[in-house]
Amino acid sequence: MQKYQHAIPAGLIALLGLWVAYVSYTQSPAAAFAFPRLVSAVFVVLAVWTFVKALREGADQDGGFTRTEIFKVAPGMILSAAYVFWGAKFFGFYTGTTIAFFILLCLYDPADHQLAKSWVKRVIITAGFMAVMYCLFALILNVYTPREIWS
Amino acid sequence: MEFLYYFDEVFTLWAFSMLLLGTVFGLILGATPGLSPTMAVALAIPFTFKMEPAHGLILLGALYTSTVAGGAVSAILLKIPGAPANIATTLDGHAMAKNGDGKRALQLSFLASLFGGVAGVLLLIFTTPILAKWALVFGPSESFWIAILGVTIIGTLGSTSVIKGLLAGCIGLWISTIGFDDILGTQRFIFHSSLAGGINIIPALIGLFAIPQVIAMFAKGRSHEDMEVLEIKPHPLRKAIREVASSRRALGIGTAVGSMIGLIPGVGGQIAGLVAYDQTRNFSPERTKFGTGHPEGIIAAEAANNAMVGPSLVPLLTLSIPGSPTAAVLLGGLIIHGIFPGPNIFRDYPQVVWPFINSMLIGQVLMCVFGLMIAGAAAHVARVPRSVMAAVVLALAVFGSYSVQLSMDDVFVMLILGTGMYFLERYGYSAAPLVLGLILGPIAEGNFVEGAMIAAAQNGIGTYFFTGTLNLTMIAIVVGSIAYSVWLELKNRQMGGV
Repeated sequence: MQKYQHAIPAGLIALLGLWVAYVSYTQSPAAAFAFPRLVSAVFVVLAVWTFVKALREGADQDGGFTRTEIFKVAPGMILSAAYVFWGAKFFGFYTGTTIAFFILLCLYDPADHQLAKSWVKRVIITAGFMAVMYCLFALILNVYTPREIWS
Repeated sequence: MEFLYYFDEVFTLWAFSMLLLGTVFGLILGATPGLSPTMAVALAIPFTFKMEPAHGLILLGALYTSTVAGGAVSAILLKIPGAPANIATTLDGHAMAKNGDGKRALQLSFLASLFGGVAGVLLLIFTTPILAKWALVFGPSESFWIAILGVTIIGTLGSTSVIKGLLAGCIGLWISTIGFDDILGTQRFIFHSSLAGGINIIPALIGLFAIPQVIAMFAKGRSHEDMEVLEIKPHPLRKAIREVASSRRALGIGTAVGSMIGLIPGVGGQIAGLVAYDQTRNFSPERTKFGTGHPEGIIAAEAANNAMVGPSLVPLLTLSIPGSPTAAVLLGGLIIHGIFPGPNIFRDYPQVVWPFINSMLIGQVLMCVFGLMIAGAAAHVARVPRSVMAAVVLALAVFGSYSVQLSMDDVFVMLILGTGMYFLERYGYSAAPLVLGLILGPIAEGNFVEGAMIAAAQNGIGTYFFTGTLNLTMIAIVVGSIAYSVWLELKNRQMGGV
């Protein structure tokens, strides 16, 4: 798996480039796709080059992910996705953000979970931050947000 | 001397309030490790929507200036650069702070930033109108090549891999074509109804710059940041002023290097600080003392990274080519306020552009004054836990993206682009060329289509786009920058392989 770590994203980008080129050169009117054709031609050449290079060099490249990193990133990313794609609309913007903010603090705060003090600190930080956000967006900037679940 | 005519505009209640707000918040954000100037400016753009364009730009300009300077606080006190531009400052700044001279290091850094910053803005004031007049001769073909030049230069000089930099630029150019074609109204690459209006620049900027940093903070997990808390002993400001004034070599080299690098599109402050530090060390008779807390090391690095700020806006305002990734975000800020940079910018929007530039001059003074006042307190801000920063930035990114058009689709686009960018960054792609492609794409396409129409009535596309001194010069620069970057990359690889 490690061997193909660079080849997989490079391959996906190459596929995207090929798709962009295919759409650009097959759709009409041609005038509307003149610029995308120009871009996609360069895109495909560079993407295929990168893919071939990634295949040839295998694991001898910088960057990429370790298993530990993936495990550390995953909870935050899943929570962010749930918050943005579902929570913000389902609970309402402010309620959804409060819940997501608090859970993120709990997930990544290094303070001991056994101590009551650390939980109080998290609640205070969340409440304080949400009060600032509400003042800023609802009262000062008048941003209309999706209806809250309790309203 | 037109700029003097608009000087009082900076001192109106709203304009000056924005300048103060941007300066203070910029210093605090800059001092916070993980919050780059680019991300700070991107997150602030939605707040400027309801403002007068001049006030909005004053806020963004003040943030840009002071985040770069504020980054020195954590570089000196925590050995963590607040921004990439402050990497060189850590070398002598932290060593000086460890020797018990933290206050002195901060004073030297802010005073050098003031000197470099003022010199950089003066260069911006005096060279921009000249370059703008010269750029008036540009037709569609030259403007097309200028846009391509912007993407190419930032993609090659600003990236670790030339191919990946250019590829990121291509992805940005392609993303800019999503939506309805402006001339014929044809649908292009709309694979979801929410993309019919194209990708809005602001959510894209927020996503591309803020979300990768949020995920990078997740990647550190629940680990404790073992930050060494350094004692800040009092140090008389008068002594620091005298010390900076006597360090003419470091100030001169730092300012000259920073200004020159700022003028080169895509190079950025990180390189400015490091090159200035290296050159000052080479010319110093005390070069062996560099790295142990030598004042010239701090002065050169900070003068350079602030001297870079003003000149990085010269190609942006006159040619639409940003000099740094943060300037690229500022370009997005200008465009959403209906201001299209180019040769006519001083003729069409003098009431916006001059107060903006003048505010950057005043902002340098405020940055130094407030920097010296709040440096100690900013060190505490720099110790805000990563978990809090990640949650705050994520929430601001969501609210900021949503508030642009009150659309959840923009928030989805922001998160998808940002997550994708995080993965791409881990494999060596950078956000700056992608953003440049996204911003300059419509300019490149508009001029390409216009040029193609003119060419059809004349001698054909080949003759129109590939002849003429200006066209050939720009093509030569595009090819030259690619060739130079390839050569640099090969050289680095050979050196690494030895």
